[in-house]
Amino acid sequence: MKIKTLSRPVDEYTRERSQDLQVVFHNFDPSLRPMEKAVEYKRALTAAKLEKIFARPFVGAMDGHRDGVSCMAKNPNYLKGIFSASMDGDIRLWDISSRRTVCQFPGHQGAVRGLTVSTDGNVLVSCGTDCTVRLWKVPRPTLEDSSVSSENFIEPAAEYVWKNAFWAVDHQFEGELFATAGAQLEIWNHNRASPVQSFQWGTDSVISVRFNPGEPDILATSASDRSITIYDLRMSSAARRIIMMTKTNSIAWNPMEPMNLTAANEDGSCYSFDGRKMDEAKCVHKDHVSAVMDIDFSPTGREFVTGSYDRSVRIFPYNGGHSREIYHTKRMQRVFCVKYSCDATYVLSGSDDTNLRLWKAKASEQLGVILPREQKKHEYNEAVKNRYKHLPEVKRIVRHRHLPKPIYKALGIIRTVNDSKRRKEDRRRAHSAPGTIVTKPLRQRRIIKEVE
Amino acid sequence: MLSWRLKLRNILEEKTLKDKKLKTQLASREKLYGKSAKTAAKIEKWLLPAEAGYLETDGLEKTWRVKQTDIANEVDLLSSRNQYDIVLPDFGPYKLDFTASGRHMIAGGRKGHLALVDMMSMNLIKEIQVKETVRDVAFLHNEQFFAAAQKKYAYIYGRDGTELHCLKERGPVARLRFLKNHFLLASVNKSGQLHYQDVTYGGMVASIRTGKGRTDVMEVNPYNGVVALGHSGGTVTMWKPTSQAPLVQMQCHPGPVSSVAFHPNGHLMATSGKERKLKIWDLRKFEEIQTIHGFHAKTLSFSQKGLLAAGTGSFVQILGDSSGSSSSHNYSRYMNHSMVKGYQIEKLMFRPYEDVIGIGHSMGWSSILIPGSGEPNFDSWVANPFETSKQRREKEVHLLLDKLPPETIMLDPSKIGAMKPSRRKEKPSRGEIEAEKEVAIEAAKSTELKKKTKGRNKPSKRTKKKKEMVENAKRTFPEQGHNNTASKKRRIGEDAAAELPASLKRFARKN
Repeated sequence: MKIKTLSRPVDEYTRERSQDLQVVFHNFDPSLRPMEKAVEYKRALTAAKLEKIFARPFVGAMDGHRDGVSCMAKNPNYLKGIFSASMDGDIRLWDISSRRTVCQFPGHQGAVRGLTVSTDGNVLVSCGTDCTVRLWKVPRPTLEDSSVSSENFIEPAAEYVWKNAFWAVDHQFEGELFATAGAQLEIWNHNRASPVQSFQWGTDSVISVRFNPGEPDILATSASDRSITIYDLRMSSAARRIIMMTKTNSIAWNPMEPMNLTAANEDGSCYSFDGRKMDEAKCVHKDHVSAVMDIDFSPTGREFVTGSYDRSVRIFPYNGGHSREIYHTKRMQRVFCVKYSCDATYVLSGSDDTNLRLWKAKASEQLGVILPREQKKHEYNEAVKNRYKHLPEVKRIVRHRHLPKPIYKALGIIRTVNDSKRRKEDRRRAHSAPGTIVTKPLRQRRIIKEVE
Repeated sequence: MLSWRLKLRNILEEKTLKDKKLKTQLASREKLYGKSAKTAAKIEKWLLPAEAGYLETDGLEKTWRVKQTDIANEVDLLSSRNQYDIVLPDFGPYKLDFTASGRHMIAGGRKGHLALVDMMSMNLIKEIQVKETVRDVAFLHNEQFFAAAQKKYAYIYGRDGTELHCLKERGPVARLRFLKNHFLLASVNKSGQLHYQDVTYGGMVASIRTGKGRTDVMEVNPYNGVVALGHSGGTVTMWKPTSQAPLVQMQCHPGPVSSVAFHPNGHLMATSGKERKLKIWDLRKFEEIQTIHGFHAKTLSFSQKGLLAAGTGSFVQILGDSSGSSSSHNYSRYMNHSMVKGYQIEKLMFRPYEDVIGIGHSMGWSSILIPGSGEPNFDSWVANPFETSKQRREKEVHLLLDKLPPETIMLDPSKIGAMKPSRRKEKPSRGEIEAEKEVAIEAAKSTELKKKTKGRNKPSKRTKKKKEMVENAKRTFPEQGHNNTASKKRRIGEDAAAELPASLKRFARKN
């Protein structure tokens, strides 16, 4: 006869000294956990509510400019600093952690339209409506930076005057060339006073330019004749060109998928294209009610931030049609430029009310050093919330955002207009011979033609 | 072997989700969860610290002939400390309850003795004498609080014996049970009313008049949180707090139901009736699986490993599932025990995570060893018998955060988190209508009319009344011909609307 009963000696199941960790045992048998689905659902609901409680995205505002902020540039080598330029020619370097100006770069006479930093972080290039391009030497950041007063004025290293006002500037990712957008697209070298190369198409001015992060010789531009053009510096003419219904204010390349670019358009939507096949947009991101002024991708390539004329900043997923987040304040007026910080944690917006605002990219994120247990709990909450995100109760909480009244009303009007258009289209189709009325998908509808 | 341990999480109803992106995202995520659950189950097989107990006899010897004294000889010292009889002759039959981890026990004697015991150190934490009848005791979420059903009202006491609350609304309570996930204290009182109270804020969630009279047989199904009442007519009804009508009514026995017990997996229910039968039911199909004749079990209890204990008089009978598979069940004798000096058994309860059964009887309480009844491996995050006070406090907070609302109590808890399938209204077929009609007429014909007295019992009146009842039953089913004439009256019926060309659809009359 063999008999064995359960006996648990206390010392095997408890810790020896108070310095030791507690002894933990696991048994993943589901029969020990009744109603685990319901408990998980309850946790998802709690996680969604907690996320809303801790959602405080606004970190601070950087005050100092005397006119609206027109453009920003981030230094890829130094996380803490950001350059910004305003409509009265004032260029400043800010220290984001203390939210103070480190040094100023005076010199421009009119509005500064474009700012960019070379990839090694040494040279700052700025261009403006006073027909000049100025190159500045970026001061090396030292430990005393945050405590030193902000009255450092730096002289430009070089100043090149040209024939027409400039609208934008961008620096090549590897190399010494930078491109300016004005009456034509011009390619400059640091050391030459006049452009090395220039591209022209028609008589319209080029309003924005962006170099590809993957291929150093490819760049995308948008012109005021509502076109988007991709140029290759090794060829003498444009590689691809499409004409859309409304003009594109800004372009950004996806840093993780360098063949894809997203264009911020005047009609309030952003269009993502594959650079190799431009006749159809990959995705249309619709949520802004007014023109989208600027766009920047996160370094992860999974999200991008847009700033719009309707006084809001939105964060979109790279493949999703609607925004995941909207940031707005009563004091923030028209947003002219946005930047996603290089560590993917913050979003900066420069607006018409002379302030640069710093926001968290994930509104309910806990900043600072987090214990590994806390980190695990955050990850668990995120995962359990995503698992039940599509169910009505959880969805209602996760989706809820407070919108300013003008945007809320404008969205309602847009919805009504679209509904009525669709209804009219359906009736037209119902009353005509089948097959005569064909609707183009939205991805193609806004592109007029591809020209080459 | 892994499959019966894993519950497939299938929250996706393929037909109901129309959003393709969401559907693929959910499908891939669910696949990932399935894979991780499988790997977790595979790993745990090797990493579990303890093995289950067993009792194996060789040759012709039968397991039910093994006595507790034989077991005591074979087993180690720590386990043999769990065999004892505590004799308290003055205070009446004792009822017991254990906490979820099995570490603490509350014993309530009928004459008012309440004792809170730490089972591991055999330490009496607190005992109080309330000086009135105590009919039942139950722990709340941990050993800090317990509830006692006393003569007029139910009371909640703290760990040091102070009376915290007097639950006056319920009346004289016959049975008390606590639903752990929902923090609901369920009770049935002497007039057969069922009360659910949320102990976190004290609000009465539901008070249901069962309409079936007085009963003191109440059990909670741990799998889904429904409360089952056994009635004197032989029916077992199952209740949830959000509805006034029972979820299920089952006719289990020809006579009164003495006791009900639920298997921890939620699929099996054991009931015993006064006609000396014990029946095992499958709750998924509501079918009887097995009947065991011979004794009237006053109290029943299932262990974590599926052993069934039945107590009659002074005799404890333990039945075990001799078939290994989970689909078929065959309960047969496993062990027996006779109480010393013929003490009458009041309540049996298996102690969680131990191979021990606690017996509350007329002269105190006892505990005997049943090898193979307890779950060998506990999970520290679910129930930890070696809990420190700090861990207990943390756990209490987490339990409160995970408290489920009472609406989540339903017969099939896996439906939570699933999409509701879209219902298309289907007209029942002609055959189905006929069948329902037959059933209604049969029911009307078989109702017994009360025989009136004082000259009101004329046979003609009785037949007239019966005919009227049958006519009423028939009238609820409208004739088939009636429907067709009604539909002809509509200008363009629904079928016609389907045939219209698309441009004229707007003129179809919407009903």
